[in-house]
Amino acid sequence: MPSAVALKVNGVSVEVAPGTTVAVAAMQAGQPCRISVSGTPRGPLCGMGICFECRMTINGISHCRTCQILCESGMDVTTNE
Amino acid sequence: MSAVAHDVAVYDVAIIGAGIVGAACAYECARRGLQVVMVDRDITGAGTTAAGMGHIVAMDDSEAQFALTRYSQRLWQELRPELPDDVEYEQCGTIWVAADDEEMQEVERKRDYYGERGVTTEVLDENLLRTLEPNLRSGMKGGLLVSEDGVLYPPCAARFFTERAQERGAKLQFGVSVEHIGEGRVALGNGTEIRADIVVNAAGASAPDLTPGLAIKKRKGHLVITERYPGFVRHQLVELGYLKSAHSVSTDSVAFNVQPRRTGQLLIGSSRQYGAEHKEVDHPMLVRMLQRAQEYMPGLGQMSAVRVWTGFRAATPDKLPLIGPWPGDKSVWLATGHEGLGITTSLGTARILVDQITGAKPEIPVEPYLPSRSAQEHVHA
Amino acid sequence: MSSSARQKFDVLVVGGGPAGMAAAARAGKSGVRVGLVDDNFSPGGQIWRGGVEGGNPHAAGWMERLQAAQVVKLCGMRVFHQPETGVLLAETKDEICELRYDKLVLATGARERFLPFPGWTLPNVMGAGGLQAMVKSGLSIRGKRVLVAGTGPLLLAVAASLRKYGAEIPLLCEQTSWSRLARFGLALAGQPSKIIQGLQVMKELAGVPFASSSWPVAAHGKEALEGVTISRRGKVETLACDYLACGFHLVPNTELAALAGCRVEDGYVRVDEFQRTTVPGIFCAGEPTGIGGVELALMEGQIAGLASGGRTTQARELFAERRKLKKFAAALEETFRLRPELRELPSAETVVCRCEDVPLSRLRLYPDWRAAKLQTRCGMGSCQGRVCGPATRFLFKWNPDSVRPPIFPARVESLAMAVSGAELEHQGSTGGYQ
Repeated sequence: MPSAVALKVNGVSVEVAPGTTVAVAAMQAGQPCRISVSGTPRGPLCGMGICFECRMTINGISHCRTCQILCESGMDVTTNE
Repeated sequence: MSAVAHDVAVYDVAIIGAGIVGAACAYECARRGLQVVMVDRDITGAGTTAAGMGHIVAMDDSEAQFALTRYSQRLWQELRPELPDDVEYEQCGTIWVAADDEEMQEVERKRDYYGERGVTTEVLDENLLRTLEPNLRSGMKGGLLVSEDGVLYPPCAARFFTERAQERGAKLQFGVSVEHIGEGRVALGNGTEIRADIVVNAAGASAPDLTPGLAIKKRKGHLVITERYPGFVRHQLVELGYLKSAHSVSTDSVAFNVQPRRTGQLLIGSSRQYGAEHKEVDHPMLVRMLQRAQEYMPGLGQMSAVRVWTGFRAATPDKLPLIGPWPGDKSVWLATGHEGLGITTSLGTARILVDQITGAKPEIPVEPYLPSRSAQEHVHA
Repeated sequence: MSSSARQKFDVLVVGGGPAGMAAAARAGKSGVRVGLVDDNFSPGGQIWRGGVEGGNPHAAGWMERLQAAQVVKLCGMRVFHQPETGVLLAETKDEICELRYDKLVLATGARERFLPFPGWTLPNVMGAGGLQAMVKSGLSIRGKRVLVAGTGPLLLAVAASLRKYGAEIPLLCEQTSWSRLARFGLALAGQPSKIIQGLQVMKELAGVPFASSSWPVAAHGKEALEGVTISRRGKVETLACDYLACGFHLVPNTELAALAGCRVEDGYVRVDEFQRTTVPGIFCAGEPTGIGGVELALMEGQIAGLASGGRTTQARELFAERRKLKKFAAALEETFRLRPELRELPSAETVVCRCEDVPLSRLRLYPDWRAAKLQTRCGMGSCQGRVCGPATRFLFKWNPDSVRPPIFPARVESLAMAVSGAELEHQGSTGGYQ
């Protein structure tokens, strides 16, 4: 049984199965991916990298399309403002 | 306004071109009680106006350029309280960035120049520059902060002027092409005609199509806008080499020019090309421009760029706009040729244009901008 | 700074879904260097996402053919520009790539069409394919209530798939009418494989309530979705649910084709019988030429792959099958046409442009896409109009703008990559030539 991947989403510790995307990790942690320009919480919409609702900051790099990024151990993921 | 046969009304002024200059002129005309019609093949502010950076800047390239930009800047400041939110006017200031000692001397020259003419500036040494703009690469010698400069979002500003003009009785004919202007007539592409005592050609880079013989050339520029990175840049940053680029009248050039938008997006420029007629993005030019930008701000490289676009500035041989009566036709006046300063000088242009039309005394001398100056050059050539 | 790399291919295929895999596999034969680019981390596209690993025999079969043809797979790579003929620029997480080609096959697939309605921006309101993608990427929906809505055969496939993963589906709302569906069923009668597929799906969906002439009216919830109000035969009811999987059929991804100068008519890339676009050396296969499903995509992909190598005789052998499958595509379009009532779904406050939060009330002031864009920033955001474009096209009949690079947001340093042979100044230098 491959070991779970542990990462943080907005400070919340999450453990996911290998092969899980960061967007899913955020959903699992009950965290919105981003706050829209008028202040509303958003989650993934298209699941294929075109809507940009899933963008989050990963390890300091902002605007990452998390539905196309696999979770890696130790990732620090935060909501993109 | 008088009605003539077939219900063809005669306006006091017909303004061709509803970009920021044309719209500002229409507003000024309407404000002073002139019956005005605005004509544009598209909607307001959709041409060069939409492509521009929206930088409001007092420029010191020449006395005449300074006079018009400074006058206009003051008018923008006066107008500021009335501007709607989506015009996004921000007085963020400009920092002219000096990369070496020679450019630092230019900083000092500018400080003196502006100081003598009442523009507040502050010389920034290397440390102060770093404090104000930490994302510039290290090793910059310093800069000049001009805090009265600002930025705005041009398409909404043009719309604002158009709406104001309309509220004061201006009529609009948008979405219709203009075939010909002259002798008090504007022949439209739909077969109809507008009659006006004065026809103002404010068609920017397309002005020579309507007034053959105008010495206006298209000067293509590129801009890139990024995702939101609030706080990365706080002022409009321009390298002092910009002036060397704007000086050059015949070669393609790029210069570091970055603007923070109120949204937190960064607008990255700038480029100038002569002879490029098509509006497609010119990749080698884009590469040069972005490489220059990264030289000044290495952090830009990792930023996500969302859009790239081009625009055509209307450039005159002496780098001053044409504002006033056109010698070739009694009814045709010009308000065009603003190169990269259309947004800034739209208000001043409108004032001195309508001053000339109504015979009022302009607040700045208008001789340097008169179209007759180039006609004289023609005669002497 | 990212590293840069350059690669050259005889045939380059952009898009690793069924059409792209088929094109690449058929294009590859001895001596022909074929590359396949896709922005996901493995091939399969949307419909075969996780298909190879997940044991889908079709996906696995085509993967084997790719290996056999020695196709170079470039995954996690997204093309954003064609700066000159024969050269594409693409980027990965940490690399900028210049891809040179003699022949190009565009198999860029399709995306879901999203229509706005009150509450559609709540977290856990997703596309139908969108939710399925999440589930295949690790989202657990066991025991969760998922309402499926919108239009198109994708809804059925998604509902069946979600059920297999343990979701409870209280209702599937299909906006088209029962009579249209019935006619569609008759159209399928001439396609045995479709009948079998249809029966399989029906079996998987046994017990899932299905409503035609039905659509979402509003999504409710505070921080995330809690329930959905739907309209069914004129009656309105609210259902509690955890997720709403909602998509209104598909729109083709034609941006790269348009950027490369290919003629796009009525929203689709124009191709001839050999899948050739109007630009010499560029082919297009699959959904961008017309939404037609997996089998048609595979057929068109193969024809494009064979034709790119001049193997026209072999390509011709597939024409009859393609013709049959194209009938299915035409039936699809007719059956799942959007009804006008859907234009009334958004309220004045409903956000239409999600990137810039532009509500319907502001957009209604403008006569066309361009005016609205300049004045409100609708379409100027990260999605570059991929979500709000099709929505406003349907709501207002607006026509889109011309396409400009980058066709996806790309790093500034990637845009600043000079095409080799041009001046090189500050390149990230490690990648080198391959």
